[in-house]
Amino acid sequence: MSAYDVSIVSIIGINVILAVSLNLISGFCGQISLGHGAFFGAGAYAAALTMVGSGSVALAIVAALVTGSVLGIIVGFASLRVRTDFLAVTTIGVNFLFVGFVRKQSWLGGEMGISGIPATGLGAAGNMTMILLFAVATIALSFYVGRSWMGFAFRAVGEDEGAAATLGINAGAYKLAAFGIGTALAGVAGGLYAFFTQFITPDAFDFIFSVMLMAMVVIGGIGSTWGVVVAAVGLTLLPEAIRFVNDYRLLVFGGLLVLVIRLAPGGLATLMQNLFLRARRS
Amino acid sequence: MYYIDLAVTGISFGCMYAMMSVGLTLVYGLLRILHVAHAAVFALGAYVTVLVANATGSISLGFLAAVIVTPLFGMAIYRLLYEPLLKYRPDVPMIASVGLLVLMQDAFRIVFGEQGITFRSNALVFTTYNFSGITVSAVQIAIVITAAVVFTGLHLFTTRTRVGIGWRATVSKPQIAASFGIDPIRVRYLNFAIGSALAAVAGGLVALLNNLVDPGIGFVVSYKALAIIVLGGLGSVRGTLIASLVLGLVEAYGTIFIGAWLDRDAIAFLALILLLMIRPQGFTGARAA
Repeated sequence: MSAYDVSIVSIIGINVILAVSLNLISGFCGQISLGHGAFFGAGAYAAALTMVGSGSVALAIVAALVTGSVLGIIVGFASLRVRTDFLAVTTIGVNFLFVGFVRKQSWLGGEMGISGIPATGLGAAGNMTMILLFAVATIALSFYVGRSWMGFAFRAVGEDEGAAATLGINAGAYKLAAFGIGTALAGVAGGLYAFFTQFITPDAFDFIFSVMLMAMVVIGGIGSTWGVVVAAVGLTLLPEAIRFVNDYRLLVFGGLLVLVIRLAPGGLATLMQNLFLRARRS
Repeated sequence: MYYIDLAVTGISFGCMYAMMSVGLTLVYGLLRILHVAHAAVFALGAYVTVLVANATGSISLGFLAAVIVTPLFGMAIYRLLYEPLLKYRPDVPMIASVGLLVLMQDAFRIVFGEQGITFRSNALVFTTYNFSGITVSAVQIAIVITAAVVFTGLHLFTTRTRVGIGWRATVSKPQIAASFGIDPIRVRYLNFAIGSALAAVAGGLVALLNNLVDPGIGFVVSYKALAIIVLGGLGSVRGTLIASLVLGLVEAYGTIFIGAWLDRDAIAFLALILLLMIRPQGFTGARAA
């Protein structure tokens, strides 16, 4: 593999972790979060600082995970008070607040970010392998959660909170769990990103990035793990594969988001399911 | 004197926020959709104002063109994007709206360039008046006067005319309004038309103030508008006006006091998140979240 391939596969792995973890929160549990970039960023900064301080990869990953999930649970408390589109606005706010805060902190490098993060010592290919392992683990976790009692409760809360509560499901606890797990994974993705680039700036975690992640989830089919994985891989490769798309990345992402919601609100997953059903019926 | 200067800045920004948020809160009141793409309408208004002003040499003609073009665009968004999505959860049209905003933003960048465009002649921006030590720019005065005229007009329209009363009736009780012979679909178009025109005026004024329209013009302002309408209690015009002025002032003073550790643009969201945690239904509490 060339160095270019290694970096592309690494980015795909990171985006898969992010999209699948966002799908846990927004797809399974129905809590629309447009601030996933903030948790990704928090993890990246935590890992970067730990690496600069101690140089231990394992410690950096733990720091990224804990930072992501602590911030996530705090925001999760917001989801107990505000719902649907109010929650979406709150999470947008969290994203702006995160970037606005980090930009002004000299100990976080301010606008310039943190550069010269020590290498993991695994090499580019080793980093890529580690990222892929985490991505596979994330996908496996997503499937496991999807089939467990917890996944059932998530979907019940996502579909109809009142009905779920009537069945004795503690909606608040499950929402917090969804936020906690999803943002912990985003934090880990942030740590992996910091290992991969060795250089982070606040702008990498802005609201636009969160929208791109939401685009992956929605285009893949909100709630479907496979759909989201396919969309994350496809939407990461698209700008690389087609020169035109790279120049007009946001135009294409925004356009796809509008078209998919307008024409197939269920995303790729529902589209495939319908095709499959039609093929079987004929 | 310095603090009074800040107040002037805060109030003029507040008036600008008010003009751009009212359309947003009206759409929410009527359709329960967070119309994020309203920011694209705002940006379109700014671009049209500058382009037409440069082509004709008259800034007023620029504003006129913007007020004609953007309502058509706003109504098209409703017809093509929102109407077919009304049957889904409210976050579905909202995400579509975010997609449209990102798309439009990039389209502006591609068509008009990264650097944006400026007025060829903009006398207002360099004109300042001095009232016993307080400096006020002509654009700031224009913003405050425009807002006053616009909101007085809107008030008269919604309280004195048949169409305006029908509009308010539809917002508060759609079924009853419809049974009195008011066409709810026409009210929706009216709503998008007026909201978009107001956003376009705000966009044109911001263009005057900065003497620049760049692709990012709508972005941060748009999310502030979201914060404002939530603070104002979604759907409430009065709450939105108060929240706009409060935010303008909080930002102006906040930049001085907490600007060292927080971006100016993040202040609005800090206020928003704090308020939502204490009062999830916003200032006026018109509707539970």
